[in-house]
Amino acid sequence: MLQHKHQDLFNEPACAKNQAKDEKTRKKGCGGKPLTPGNAAGGCAFDGAKIVLQPITDAAHLVHGPIACEGNSWDSRHALSSGPMLYRTGFTTDVGEMDVIYGGEKRLFKAIKEIIARYDPPAVFVYQTCVTAMIGDDIETVCKVAAERFGKPVIPVNAPGFVGKKNFGTKLAGEALLNHVIGTEEPEITTPADINLIGEYNVSGDLWMVTPLLKKLGIRLLTSITGDARYHDVTKAHRARVNMMVCSQALINVARKMEERWGIPYFEGSFYGVKDTSLSLRTIAKMLVERGAEPDLIARTEALIAEEEARVARELAPILPELKGKRVLLYTGGVKSWSMISALHYAGMVVIGSSTRKATKEDKARAAELMGEEGETMDNLPQRDMYRMLKNREADIMLSGGRTQFVALKAKTPWLDSNQERHNAYCGYDGTISLLKEIHKELTNPVFDLVRTPAPWEV
Amino acid sequence: MANVLSTAKPLTVNPLKLSQPLGGASAFMGLAGSLPMLHAAQGCTAFALVLLVRHYREAIPFQTTAMNEVTTILGGKDNLEEAIINIVNRAHPKVIGICSNGLIEARGEDIRGDLKLIRQRHPELADTALVYASTPDYKGGFQEGWASAVTAMVDQLVEPEIARNPRQINILAGCHLTPADLEEIRDTVEAFGLHPIILPDIAGSLDGHIADEWVLTTLGGTSVEDIRHMGRSIATLALGLQLEPAARLIEARCGVPAEVYPHLTGLLAWDNFIAALARLSGKPVPQSIRRRRSQLLDAMLDGHFYFGKKKIAIAAEPDLMLGLTQFFADMGAEIETAVTTSDGAALALVPAKEVRIGDLDDLEQAAGHCDLLIAHSHGARVAERLGVPFFRAGFPLFDRLGAAHKLSVGYRGTRDLIFEIGNLFIEHQHHNHQPHNHQTREHGTDAAVASH
Ligand code: SF4
Repeated sequence: MLQHKHQDLFNEPACAKNQAKDEKTRKKGCGGKPLTPGNAAGGCAFDGAKIVLQPITDAAHLVHGPIACEGNSWDSRHALSSGPMLYRTGFTTDVGEMDVIYGGEKRLFKAIKEIIARYDPPAVFVYQTCVTAMIGDDIETVCKVAAERFGKPVIPVNAPGFVGKKNFGTKLAGEALLNHVIGTEEPEITTPADINLIGEYNVSGDLWMVTPLLKKLGIRLLTSITGDARYHDVTKAHRARVNMMVCSQALINVARKMEERWGIPYFEGSFYGVKDTSLSLRTIAKMLVERGAEPDLIARTEALIAEEEARVARELAPILPELKGKRVLLYTGGVKSWSMISALHYAGMVVIGSSTRKATKEDKARAAELMGEEGETMDNLPQRDMYRMLKNREADIMLSGGRTQFVALKAKTPWLDSNQERHNAYCGYDGTISLLKEIHKELTNPVFDLVRTPAPWEV
Repeated sequence: MANVLSTAKPLTVNPLKLSQPLGGASAFMGLAGSLPMLHAAQGCTAFALVLLVRHYREAIPFQTTAMNEVTTILGGKDNLEEAIINIVNRAHPKVIGICSNGLIEARGEDIRGDLKLIRQRHPELADTALVYASTPDYKGGFQEGWASAVTAMVDQLVEPEIARNPRQINILAGCHLTPADLEEIRDTVEAFGLHPIILPDIAGSLDGHIADEWVLTTLGGTSVEDIRHMGRSIATLALGLQLEPAARLIEARCGVPAEVYPHLTGLLAWDNFIAALARLSGKPVPQSIRRRRSQLLDAMLDGHFYFGKKKIAIAAEPDLMLGLTQFFADMGAEIETAVTTSDGAALALVPAKEVRIGDLDDLEQAAGHCDLLIAHSHGARVAERLGVPFFRAGFPLFDRLGAAHKLSVGYRGTRDLIFEIGNLFIEHQHHNHQPHNHQTREHGTDAAVASH
């Protein structure tokens, strides 16, 4: 059964990355690209599924497996909530040896029961993991029985780690939403200016950099899938007029199937950088008007954009001269490999390289075009080479995720977190301001000159 | 002394426990030129890596055999082989520490047999030690994984010896000791003119230093060469009850007498340790150590006013718990609530009425009226919700700087603990003049946090 679903997902027709591959590799799909033992990094499918679904803040997220999966990972992401906090409670069945021998389904059922009795959440998400999948625990049936017994949605998320990488898990999570959540309830009212954001998880409050803009324009965010989301809002997402896929191919299956099932058109956009934020707002307005929103939305959007762009220019004026010409090594991946570049170009910075891991062919082309002659796109940069580049001062600063942080710091090079463990929001106009201010703060910190100074007895 | 309560709860809420493979891999971080690897699907490594990076704030070399759906069904030998060959070609480690996870163990794979075959097929691996530790994550936790890895190192590397080096001693270091603790221990041992082989030596590899080159393995730590010759030592001191089996193994194989020191925090524990070093070296206790002892006595006297009858709630792994609870008991405080991860030999010695095997939710349910809460970083939110002062101890400590440099053994470490915790008590003193302001919890965790 899982097998079928996988084949289906592998053949994602709207996935540009997939279409760019030849027949044979396409069959292997995005999750199927084999990992190299002894030279693999990154999360598993379970990890990806959790990243997508956990930002539903009022739901309980129960991990069915031994302690490794949840014990080592709970509460380590900064997807923020404006209200409910239940999503930050770590729930796991923590199966033991006896469960491995006799099966863990009873334990799972009891755990669901206890969660509902004690916390009464609007829904429980149940995550399958490697060991419980291997011993054959049927979480779909347990969830079904529990849902009937307790009169609550209990949603199986069948993405055990061994089926693939993080990216593939995000797609499986999308499937879980499509099969069990979206479209199961109707909103009380709808407006011609209702939208969803798909693939925006409100990391460090990114979403909140954007929602005030939408509000000013009278655009209603039905739900964000899934940043700062409430379960009952996600169930009604199928009544939006337009979907915006934010910065990610990961949930393309959700956008495409929502178009198929409910006729909601979608577009891919980014809220990184001034230019892209403006473009995304323009596109939302245009598409909403095409689908029946008041035509003056377009003029109002232009007015807001003009106002906001002027404000950004004003606020950044004092630091722009110091950022101009500084060289950046970008090691992120996916859509960020180009969306970040445009944010940096705004400040006149030079991007000497951008990693295009997890990026589509289009993403790569965009990144290459944006950087021009100044920088190159890199698929994978071994840490040793990265260290050498930084040590030779080829870049003034590196932007990357926490894991490569120490490559930069050990090379005594400024570094800024651009991934999900970060604590600052970098989306929208305000996010761009804070991103560039953070870079400036880092670049001008005197500590780098100090640590590069040799000890007196060494000169 | 303590009664151990184990509950077979179907639901764990806010886990305290970490996985065995993570503990095992951490121990392998303490070997020189080492590359720890999990024989598992790749996610386990990613999660463990992130925690280690956040705790130590260091680059962590760590690999996976990247099991997938197919190899999970067919067996993992090929993945294991491919991983080892890839790692050796790329990173040239001296040792690859292999920890299994539940997926592999539940399949019942014969990893030792597989490794033998892989060696036969690849003579080019002659210079690479391959050490395998069984660490299923459906049993035990971080401490058991660590102990399993150290026992495996001893079992698979220590050679039978009869000759003795009268100046050499073995120190087996439990997972509750930080790099700073190990440095203190090493300095002290060396002060007696003894040469310690510390296993595993995370002080060498994870103390935060800046090298001139980028290496793909650990930099520093116990060398495989030294481990092979542990049989020449005059004694093995196991620090932590978790390592008694490993110490006994050296004893059985090489006749090196084993001595077990459950913990090294507090006056008597360190007195004992110093006395042992004096005995083993035949040297008097150096002046500097005597001076530190007297500083500790002074700190105990100054500090005890603030500790007397204080109620402590603690969540920690067994050996760490023993050291800390004994410290508080020494200072006149009372252990009100103790929650641990798994049954360990240390629990019986904990100066509390009972120790519960449980999670942070158990701690939260019971700690509301305590004066101090102790746990790893995940406990911070519990303390916040209850409004109880919080002291961080254990692994992971991801929300504070300097986890590797926290010292809590010896006269100095104990003195620091008194000051640090005593100051916490002083800071929160005024609260004691008011009724407790923690919320009563009507509706579980969620209700208690809705307001913050
Ligand atoms: S790889 Fe499997 S066992 Fe490991 S964390 Fe992912 S789901 Fe859990």
